[in-house]
Amino acid sequence: MSETVKRDRPWLMRTYSGHSSAKASNELYRMNLSKGQTGLSVAFDLPTQTGYDSDHPLARGEVGKVGVPIDHIGDMEALFDQIPLDQMNTSMTINATAPWLLALYVAVAERQGVDPKQLQGTTQNDVLKEYLSRGTYIYPPGPSVRLTTDLISYTVENIPKWNPTNICSYHLQEAGATPTQELAYALSTAITILDAVRDSGQVTPQRFPAVVGRISFFVNAGIRFVEETCKLRAFNEMWDKLVQERYGVSDEKQRRFRYGVQVNSLGLTESQPENNVQRIVLEMLAVTLSKNARARAIQLPAWNEALGLPRPWDQQWALRMQQVLALETDLLEYGDLFDGSPVIAAKVQELIAGAEAEMTSVQEQGGMVQAIESGYVKRELVKSHTRRIRDIESGDLKIVGVNCYTQTAESPLTAGTDSGIMKVDVQAERDQIAALQAFRANRDQAQVDVSLAALRAAALGGDNIMPCSIACARAGVTTGEWSEVLREVFGEYRAPTGIDIAMAGQVGSAAMDEVRARVRRTSEELGRPLRLLIGKPGLDGHSNGAEQIAVKGRDAGFEIVYEGIRLTPAHIARAAQEEGVHLIGLSVLSGSHLELVEDIRAELATIGASELPLIIGGIIPEDDARQLLTHGVQAVFTPKDVDMNAIMNKLVDIIRRSNGLEALA
Amino acid sequence: MEQPALTADPARLATAVRRGERRALAEALNLLDDRRPASRRLAADFLRHLQEGQPGDPGHLIGMTGPPGAGKSTLTAALIAVWRRRGLRVGVLAVDPSSPISGGALLGDRLRMKTSADDDGVFIRSLACRGEFGGLSAEVWPMSLVMLAAFDVAMIETVGVGQREIDISRMCDTTCFVAQPGSGDSVQFLKAGILEVPHVLVVNKEDMGAVARRTLSELGTALGRAHTDGNWEVPVLSASATAGTGIDALADALTRHREVLGAGDRLRARRRRYQAHWILKRLQEEFGSHGVGQLGGEQAVLQQLASRDTSLFEQLESLRQTLLQPGGKHA
Ligand code: B12
Ligand SMILES: Nc1nc2c(ncn2[C@@H]2O[C@H](COP(=O)(O)OP(=O)(O)O)[C@@H](O)[C@H]2O)c(=O)[nH]1
Ligand SMILES: [Mg+2]
Repeated sequence: MSETVKRDRPWLMRTYSGHSSAKASNELYRMNLSKGQTGLSVAFDLPTQTGYDSDHPLARGEVGKVGVPIDHIGDMEALFDQIPLDQMNTSMTINATAPWLLALYVAVAERQGVDPKQLQGTTQNDVLKEYLSRGTYIYPPGPSVRLTTDLISYTVENIPKWNPTNICSYHLQEAGATPTQELAYALSTAITILDAVRDSGQVTPQRFPAVVGRISFFVNAGIRFVEETCKLRAFNEMWDKLVQERYGVSDEKQRRFRYGVQVNSLGLTESQPENNVQRIVLEMLAVTLSKNARARAIQLPAWNEALGLPRPWDQQWALRMQQVLALETDLLEYGDLFDGSPVIAAKVQELIAGAEAEMTSVQEQGGMVQAIESGYVKRELVKSHTRRIRDIESGDLKIVGVNCYTQTAESPLTAGTDSGIMKVDVQAERDQIAALQAFRANRDQAQVDVSLAALRAAALGGDNIMPCSIACARAGVTTGEWSEVLREVFGEYRAPTGIDIAMAGQVGSAAMDEVRARVRRTSEELGRPLRLLIGKPGLDGHSNGAEQIAVKGRDAGFEIVYEGIRLTPAHIARAAQEEGVHLIGLSVLSGSHLELVEDIRAELATIGASELPLIIGGIIPEDDARQLLTHGVQAVFTPKDVDMNAIMNKLVDIIRRSNGLEALA
Repeated sequence: MEQPALTADPARLATAVRRGERRALAEALNLLDDRRPASRRLAADFLRHLQEGQPGDPGHLIGMTGPPGAGKSTLTAALIAVWRRRGLRVGVLAVDPSSPISGGALLGDRLRMKTSADDDGVFIRSLACRGEFGGLSAEVWPMSLVMLAAFDVAMIETVGVGQREIDISRMCDTTCFVAQPGSGDSVQFLKAGILEVPHVLVVNKEDMGAVARRTLSELGTALGRAHTDGNWEVPVLSASATAGTGIDALADALTRHREVLGAGDRLRARRRRYQAHWILKRLQEEFGSHGVGQLGGEQAVLQQLASRDTSLFEQLESLRQTLLQPGGKHA
């Protein structure tokens, strides 16, 4: 290669990671940085994301599982031990508790002797998509928007290099959104947040363009990579127009559509998981090929995405995919490859037209908050996902290794003793709890009480939430305490489930007719309609599977009881009894299935309902599935069970068996 | 060890229900939902035991009706909180629509009625209004007897579409109509006399401001007629289920109506009369006016139902059997 070839600088390469404890995650981060990773992307565990301390009853089984537990400043300090924060670019996937985690980060920087003005990084801080997809919301939409705007207003003045919010369309696609929906709902969210910042009066009109300039996005890239390239170009064009027209931003730099990416994970399969590598690489092309719509930062999932958590080697493989593209290929030597292509331009305009129409619809409903509260947006997403699932079932949407070319040789990838996934040490939860209790015992309680009182006053009074949160961080307040004060002030929220969609296109297939006949016949034999309770216990927010089973179950003739995510085992057991259901179906993807099943069985026994059969679906490794089946669970379903009719038939079989009816042919 | 089902012993089941035992309640409701002939006989037996062992006519059966989305479920949840604060135990029957194609249903009201899992004073059962019986599912009436026997307050939330609202007022002590701000439908229905006059009218979502106030005033003027319940003047209230305003006043109005109905023979006769109408409707739906004709016509059936002292459910069952007999001329 000649010396004179000018190459663009590659994007930031990140690996989304964190697990067990701050100490273990810190070791992992330092190892990744030594491998050439250029930024950090912190995954927090679910208690930290939903505002509970590690020793809260709702945290049982979840501590340190899908991310790192951060209970207080001591944990945050350990997480960044020997990582100088003035030189780091840290992305934190944190939303409802974002002001709190940023406060801890600032307090740790102070302890390291770093001026907060130098800090660089991102807080995701987009709660609206939590109600629609990601599930780690706590407070009602109104107060959540206020917390979001407080954080934004604070950083613009005090941590100017910080990206205070990452408006996310990534999670919408993971919940089934089409490209048009991704564009429309993400941009509608951005409008809601920017309007709120403007109307809060915390930022002067002169400074407002700077706020707009700090807004960044977190986008998805699916397997239809040509269309996805066009989607990113559409984002560019729409954002540029929007910030000029709505907010009067003229500086070109402040108008730029800046985005990071995680490529699509919903389409990554449990069957023939090696094929996921091709998918990930193709999806990465969508956000890198077009120079004018290229991502600023990319993180990739691993080949074993649908099996469980990735091991360090799996993450290294994903990082190497990026490095090969950026360093070995000639991609970074060219200008934009698509400018001037009429094919691309036409597709971009088509996407823009669709997205603008949907944005108008949201505006007519009063904006994104209203359209979320009424259940409209969630219903639209569930509808899209239902369409996708039906297309996979019918074979209209081809997925190699899943609904075509399913023959496979034995895979060496999953042959190891760990079955090819990361196992989190169960001791980690106990250690974390012990350390937390020791921390509480050793702090200055008077200082804690004063700081919490100031926090409550700010929440009630409307002062910016950040300064008093930083004071709380310094004083040794815990994540649960900070969140609880705001729970008391703002209240808690349950989001619409979106499953009450109109049933479109009910052209019954032969298989569906057969399922319905079995359901009807069994209902008649048992004297009343078959009832199924779908339960999401624990802190897990993955609702797609539960929603699709609910929609399908209704189509099949079941009466469905589904109350949404994050319910306690006691609540689920009692609801099952009150509703007189024939079967309880749990859906757990967060990895805490063993603990939760044990708890629910205990609750059922307490209320005299042990006879109710129990099944479970989700990310359940084979060893655990065997264990569950020997502990009274009647069936275990995982992502490779894509035939929904077969699932429904199995549910009928289980209900028949547990009611002493003979099996149907 | 597994406890044996209580259903096999109707007398014991009735005693346990009256004590408010949750497992017994669940089983009793399952039994009343069960359409198999043997279960219907057990159910009749059970209901007889339930009523025999009942001193006086306790409880308050409240129907919540109104258009979908008006906030019936949310308002019910808010009322539950008020009743609980007042030391009253509450049972709820929530009715949702079912799919005409598969018969399947999503029972979604419960989601809005989030209750604490360890509160023994609240029990919610959802029901699908199953195709053939319009607004209320046929099982709601017998189930409401169970709720009345076990709880201080029993509430029924219906799908609430137009005409069907009449069903609920034929069954409950107090009917509460929940209006949606800005929707003229309820006003029109009231004026045209399509809507049976409810005992309490409430415009929900007063947090929406002007549009709620406008609906409130329109409803007030539409209420030209006095209520058939003698000296009861229908209150027109305003509330917000989500902001929690006006809920206590609504609860007070509902309770006041129950007090007006009194107790003893007068209340018993009213309940019996209302229920007789409801049974007649069920018979008409199942067997048509032709079937009712075979039983001697509407008036005869009503008279018979109101006068005999056997349980109404047993009478319904025996009338059904008469018509279902091979000798009966129903096709
Ligand atoms: C989509 C997705 C998301 C979406 C969820 C959107 C939503 N509203 O559901 C988003 C982007 C928000 C998300 C977020 C997170 N995710 Co995620 N996510 C996935 C992903 C890619 C697909 C899951 C999915 O929806 N599949 C489609 C549905 C239809 O399939 P399903 O749920 O498996 O259901 C099928 C069967 O399992 C079965 N089934 C399931 N439930 C039930 C119930 C009954 C009754 C029956 C009969 C059958 C049944 O039937 C269905 C039909 O096929 C998986 C990986 C993968 N490819 O599977 C990771 C995955 C589940 N996520 C994971 C993690 C860690 C997270 C996070 C916690 C990350 C973090 N630290 O912040 C967050 C937080 C989420 C939260 N609040 O809990 C991990 C879980 C690891 C583990 N268990 O060990 C996974 C496995 C990825 C990974 N390898 O790391 N995620
Ligand atoms: N603004 C406002 N919204 C409400 C109020 N009560 C209910 N809602 C909302 O109205 C929608 C429908 O409520 P729901 O109780 O399910 O209505 P139902 O169909 O009549 O049972 C939900 O989105 C509620 O959050 C209220 O007092 N004010
Ligand atoms: Mg309702």
